[in-house]
Amino acid sequence: MSMTEEAPRVFERPVTAGEPSAAPGIPPLATERDIVFSSEEVNVYYGSFRAVRDVSFDVRRNEIMALIGPSGCGKSTVLRCYNRMNDLIKDARVTGTITYRGTNLYDERVDPVEVRRRIGMVFQKPNPFPKSIYDNVAYGPRVAGQKKGLDDIVENSLRKAALWEEVNDRLTDSALGLSGGQQQRLCIARAIAVGPDVLLMDEPCSALDPIATARIEDLMQEIKQDYTIMIVTHNMQQAARVSDTTAFFTADIGSENDTRTGILVEVDATQKIFSNPSDERTENYVTGRFG
Amino acid sequence: MISRLSDDRSRAAIAASIERRRVDTRGLLFKTILQSCLLITLALLAVLLVTVVMDSTDQLGTRLWDFLQGTLRSRSEDDRLGIHQGMYGSLWIAIIVAVLAFPIGIGAAVYLEEYAPRNRFTSFIEVNIRNLAGVPSVVYGLLGLALLLNGQIFGLDRLTGGSSALSGGITLAILVLPIVVITSGEAFRAVPIELREGAYGVGATRWEMIRTQVLPYAAPGILTGTLLSMARAVGEAAPLILVGAISGRLGDNPGLFDISALTDQFTALPIVITSWTVQSGRDVGFTAAAAAAIVVLLVFVLMMNSAAILLRNRFEKKRG
Repeated sequence: MSMTEEAPRVFERPVTAGEPSAAPGIPPLATERDIVFSSEEVNVYYGSFRAVRDVSFDVRRNEIMALIGPSGCGKSTVLRCYNRMNDLIKDARVTGTITYRGTNLYDERVDPVEVRRRIGMVFQKPNPFPKSIYDNVAYGPRVAGQKKGLDDIVENSLRKAALWEEVNDRLTDSALGLSGGQQQRLCIARAIAVGPDVLLMDEPCSALDPIATARIEDLMQEIKQDYTIMIVTHNMQQAARVSDTTAFFTADIGSENDTRTGILVEVDATQKIFSNPSDERTENYVTGRFG
Repeated sequence: MISRLSDDRSRAAIAASIERRRVDTRGLLFKTILQSCLLITLALLAVLLVTVVMDSTDQLGTRLWDFLQGTLRSRSEDDRLGIHQGMYGSLWIAIIVAVLAFPIGIGAAVYLEEYAPRNRFTSFIEVNIRNLAGVPSVVYGLLGLALLLNGQIFGLDRLTGGSSALSGGITLAILVLPIVVITSGEAFRAVPIELREGAYGVGATRWEMIRTQVLPYAAPGILTGTLLSMARAVGEAAPLILVGAISGRLGDNPGLFDISALTDQFTALPIVITSWTVQSGRDVGFTAAAAAAIVVLLVFVLMMNSAAILLRNRFEKKRG
């Protein structure tokens, strides 16, 4: 079921000129226009403590990038830099540059609220609002000032999130009555409803059973043609199944005071990370020898 | 090596070690003590309630309507003796507290919890608000006296009419303000971080997040807190004595909703109860009148509580 073409957009998405006309089988070369995120030497501090050190990598459009690594390696912290979610944490500070389609996200002229409309987020624990299913999905467009056409947006977002068939007869029921997997798909629909360009997913399946997880993974594959997705996951099989590119992080234990700082070990095509990684630490992790 | 379960000797040993169920005397004793604590509390309340209601029958049982319509009198046998002026004062004190203390207190709490930076200065303010909530009520009475009656500041006495229900209401609003700030602040702190992040995550501004997530979620908690402070305000006597509530004769009965009487001399239910109890020393008939006034005050508080509980249930249903 592909409703994507006729889905009305609340916001213009940035137009990417020069669609790569790739012949089947041959992956298109990444051009500068394909780069959605470019990060250079990103450091995240909580007060004086450096939680993440010198992270640099690019994310290309319509790809699913997985961030993997052991607990405490700063994956989620890194992910939250990409929609300025770290702004909400007291004392958190980001240095280095993260550009989103050429604009520095941390430029003082940038409005974090506008950033979050373009770069949506799905959280670890399904967090539907204590409102009806309809009101959950319509929430984002409403705070953006949209009053008309909400019915269409809600329907299209729910269809894209593969939830429409299950809930279309009870849109006014409380979202809290849904199962965990349905709630998480509702959260995806809620994120989609504002017409974002990128979806950041912070361990979206960690609270779900395998069947619900499989549904979310299928969904990611389906919506990937419309969005760029970054996903943090603890589940290596999940990263291997869904992602095109994988970034492996680990925690660097400080020699002096036993502090853990997250560092990026390597970024590569997912297939390569899981079959023939360049770094020994990555190999040890993906083969289950540590972490 | 650990003996296996199939070993008969170890089976017997296991049985011997776990088949030791006996009467837990200490546990039972503890439970009994806890039960008696509850029983004492209930018994005291029951005695209070029963004696008050029994004493009140002389007034409420025989001349209920006259009692509710009547005024303050110097003799208990007076046909026109009644509680109307006390009800007027207490009703309007409650309304003034609700109108003044609730919006200001909730607003201050929103700022303190959601906007103010967390630093030494704000925690200093918070500690002091907590201290203010513990200040004896007489002190607030003195504040009301200076601020609203003596006209030492801004000449507010001209506005309030000096000793009046308006002055009493404002004084009690100041009294409960810190309580409202503290309880509302606690309700805001209980709003899950997931809801806040969810709202921010789809592009809500701070104000939109507060309006659509924090306030609705915290509403039941705020309501409980404001209800408690309201009950406190309606039951206070000491500050009202200082702002000049009348315990003797008072003029004519204002209509219950006659706003023009707000700046006139006033009394309130706790004052009436105190005054009648004092007078019962020389005129035993006032015992019944005081008990009847207590019953009226209890019913008044009970009605407010029920309204608040109904409202809270509605909010909680919305919260899902």
